[in-house]
Amino acid sequence: MAEELSTGWGRALVFVYGVFAVAATGRSTVQLGEDAGKLPYWLSLVAAVLYLLATTCLLVGGRVGWTVARAAVSIELVGVLGVGVWSYLDTGLFHDKTVWSHFGQGYGFLPLVLPFAGLAWLRHTRPPSGAV
Amino acid sequence: MTGWSYGVILAMAGVVAVLLVVDLVRDRSAQDSHYIGLAVLQVGVLAQLVGGSVALARTDRDVEGAVFVSYLVTVALLPVVGAFFSLAERSRVGTTILLLAVATVAGLELRLWDIWGGTRG
Repeated sequence: MAEELSTGWGRALVFVYGVFAVAATGRSTVQLGEDAGKLPYWLSLVAAVLYLLATTCLLVGGRVGWTVARAAVSIELVGVLGVGVWSYLDTGLFHDKTVWSHFGQGYGFLPLVLPFAGLAWLRHTRPPSGAV
Repeated sequence: MTGWSYGVILAMAGVVAVLLVVDLVRDRSAQDSHYIGLAVLQVGVLAQLVGGSVALARTDRDVEGAVFVSYLVTVALLPVVGAFFSLAERSRVGTTILLLAVATVAGLELRLWDIWGGTRG
């Protein structure tokens, strides 16, 4: 499975997840450095960790990689949807743009598309029966 | 230096993106012309990294230096990393990766312009 998860369209996913891992890590670190008391900045850090985890698992591959990647991408989907809705309801809390607020508007809505693409790819590369 | 450099790189990214979309529609893998375009873009972002850093050191604008430089570095890495990724995937996937890389460069240029305070003059 190792080569399958990170080749073909998987390679495009690794690239985008990698870019987002770097972007989210950088942004959350800078924002938390300025003000560690804001919840949205911590949510950005959570996003950063999930992107890093997904990127790594896609590269590592195997059943464990696949399983952890699916968990990470699933949490990511819940996160972007949850934070997206939340940021529209409570505009005061999300005054500053973060990775997931407003469904990732600041990033061309890619954070919203990414987990769907990730889950579709993981579905496509599901290890043969017996796994998970 | 910085003011117009964003426009120039955005234009270059735009041209390469059009080339990529054309070949993507034709279902072709990344072509030499794309890599040449990407190389030109790479020279542009490297020049911007140097020019931007110098301009940052000289400016009295209220620019978040660390953020600005980290964006400059990221944008300078994107074309070459994208090229390596696409070279490993000689199909329309590789072409798509290049398009994603170029689109990210364009997005970051807009952010750089923002951080530099372009809208404030």
